[in-house]
Amino acid sequence: MILLVALCATTAILNPRFLGAANLTNMARLIGMYGIFSIGLGLIIITGGIDLSVGSVFALQGIVLAILLSEKHWHWTVAVAASIAGVMLLGLFHGIMVARVRMQSFIVTLCGLLFYRGLARYIADDETKGFGTEGYGGLRELATGNLGPLPMPFVVLIGVAIISYVVLHRSVYGRYLFAVGRNEEAARFSGINSRLIIGSAYVVSMLLTGVAGILIAFYTNSISPANHGSFYELYGIAAAVLGGCSLRGGEGSILGIVIGTALLQVLQNLVNLLGIPSSLNFSVMGAVIFFGALVDQLLRARRTR
Amino acid sequence: MSPLLELKHITKRFPGVLALDDVSLSVGSGEVVALIGENGAGKSTLMKILGGVHQADAGEIWFDGRPVTIRHVAGALVLGIGFIHQELNVLDNLSVAANVFMGREPTWGGPLRLIDRQKIARDSEQYLKRLGLNISPGTPLRELSLAQQQMVEIAKALSQNARLIIMDEPTSSLTLSETERLLATVCDLSENGVSVIYISHRLGEIEFCADRVVALRDGRNAGELQTGEVSHTKMVSLMIGRKLEDLYVRGNGSQRPRYFEVEGLRTRYRPQHKISFDVAGGEILGFAGLVGAGRSEMAQAIFGVDAPLEGKIRLDDQPLVIHSAHDAIEAGIYLAPEDRRRTGLITEMSVRENITMAGLKHCSTWWLIRADRETEVARQQVETLHVKTPGVETKTMDLSGGNQQKVVLAKWLSLEPKVIIFDEPTRGIDVGAKAEIYGLMRDLANRGVAIVMISSEMEEVLGVSDRIAVMHEGEITGFLTREEFSEQAIMNLAVGRKAA
Repeated sequence: MILLVALCATTAILNPRFLGAANLTNMARLIGMYGIFSIGLGLIIITGGIDLSVGSVFALQGIVLAILLSEKHWHWTVAVAASIAGVMLLGLFHGIMVARVRMQSFIVTLCGLLFYRGLARYIADDETKGFGTEGYGGLRELATGNLGPLPMPFVVLIGVAIISYVVLHRSVYGRYLFAVGRNEEAARFSGINSRLIIGSAYVVSMLLTGVAGILIAFYTNSISPANHGSFYELYGIAAAVLGGCSLRGGEGSILGIVIGTALLQVLQNLVNLLGIPSSLNFSVMGAVIFFGALVDQLLRARRTR
Repeated sequence: MSPLLELKHITKRFPGVLALDDVSLSVGSGEVVALIGENGAGKSTLMKILGGVHQADAGEIWFDGRPVTIRHVAGALVLGIGFIHQELNVLDNLSVAANVFMGREPTWGGPLRLIDRQKIARDSEQYLKRLGLNISPGTPLRELSLAQQQMVEIAKALSQNARLIIMDEPTSSLTLSETERLLATVCDLSENGVSVIYISHRLGEIEFCADRVVALRDGRNAGELQTGEVSHTKMVSLMIGRKLEDLYVRGNGSQRPRYFEVEGLRTRYRPQHKISFDVAGGEILGFAGLVGAGRSEMAQAIFGVDAPLEGKIRLDDQPLVIHSAHDAIEAGIYLAPEDRRRTGLITEMSVRENITMAGLKHCSTWWLIRADRETEVARQQVETLHVKTPGVETKTMDLSGGNQQKVVLAKWLSLEPKVIIFDEPTRGIDVGAKAEIYGLMRDLANRGVAIVMISSEMEEVLGVSDRIAVMHEGEITGFLTREEFSEQAIMNLAVGRKAA
């Protein structure tokens, strides 16, 4: 949190354009889209798992959605519902593999990352698909429109964040998520159906991924199957970790994840505005996340001593 | 003759605990000294200081007539102190010889440091022979029994020229005949001038092999017994500082017969055996047996965490179907598992969260947790069970063993217990907390709850139970009523000699 404020302040001082309305709106829009799926990833990380397939799922979902809308001419509501349901089915598959078959989530979703990307490229014949410039009014509005001063994706994120806050921090389900993430055995010995809880996290996460995927598809408006959404899972993981989730499971908060997402976007923005060569983009992010995690670890070590 | 080892006025303080307070211990050359004391009395801390794992805050260690400091594990080895731990410290993917010389392999010399395998084999064989172990040094360790692996560890210690060997609960996973063999080895070592510090809860073994007994209690010397005056009752009263009977409370006698019945239970671990027993409401049924007799597996099958293959379970004449822990909990059957830190509690979570873990839905409406109600439930349990904790938000990992066990109990007492299975309820708990746990168990029984207590501590089983079932390799070999209680009767059944 402190880091976020500090970062915003430095950027603002170094380049007053940071505070310009256009810049802020655009940033809020990106935070909105990234935040939604980062929260989903955070839930999985809290159960002690990981999902690496998110980016490829975006590509596959985007391609399928584009084909359904602009080539098969489905009604947009049906197409959206079908694509989100399809993405949730992928989550169900991951969940069953991890919770029931007991495969490692890293492996399952790594295979997903490769498989879905390949599938997307095959379906699209490796060609970029788009939504044109006309039609699907409501959807386009959701991704690129504004509600008053706030961009729509940011509004959606606020809604998602509030609901997931209640679910994670106030509900029985949320408590169980933390419990299985901390110590699955002990949770089982308290009568918690740990498989169901863990498996369901993958489905819920994919619901959020599906929602974010639609916003992202309409934001970019054209989907090139080879690189649409690539690396997004890592942004999500980084946001969750920056926001206090432990990859060992059992730790994290919704507010933290949202702040983590914001931090990453501000960083991106900083790279652009401060005239740092964009080729250094990843390095800057990597370095900042690294030092963030390092400081956190050192503070924690001191506290326990 | 000056003693081989002398520990003088050792004091060791851990954050919040005075683990050792002015403890002294001496061991003569070729002497077998038994070190006894309850869990938490300071035995292992003392041994860790001797092994260089911890440093004493005050006091001196004298070895072979001169003061020494032992800064790390290797330092103890150099002096000639070898350790045989409860958990074996061997690599079962390697051969016997490779284990004996692990870390000190003789080489042919040269930059490649190739191992002189012949020398290893030759030398190991010599040590194995000395211990009466008739196995080839090339045998992979995993093909040996636990007892044989332990012998290999002793051989390893001897090969390091150990003059003092410390054995920490060496017989806890051995069969009776293997135990006899080990005790013979101990006598043998002592005749050959090697001293032994023997730590065990099995007082029978100590009577058999110890030259002298040193007792610790609450981190202090509690007294010594010389050869000739070593006896079971004297050892017990030294360890607990009072008479055994004071620890246990008798029931008020009112029981509901056949309240909880288990018939023909088959577990996944021992599918060839069927277990049947019943417990009356208000009764404490003790389960005795050696480690690995299948008692915990039975408990986990009844509790549904490892659902049984077959078997009928009836509570108050109602048949129950239990597929998961959830089913068992719904029926009022609870388990306080053996391993508190791994399965009993989520140690990183707070006292409050642990207490309400199983009954969270009673503190919530529409799946949303009512924080006030939850805190209230936790507070109430902490108060009635006298859990010593700064507050309900304290993480359970910061509590002592006894208080952790109380939190496990609080979890179940906040619901409606009908049957509670206690698996090793007082492992790693000090005497005072033990008495409290026994009291709680008796209170529950007097309220009509059927209690099953699995315990490997002989005194506990004999003292607490109203009736005892003994298991051997997955089967119940017999039941003992109060009049038939004796250590001998239990041992006979535990090693598989069925009751006539």
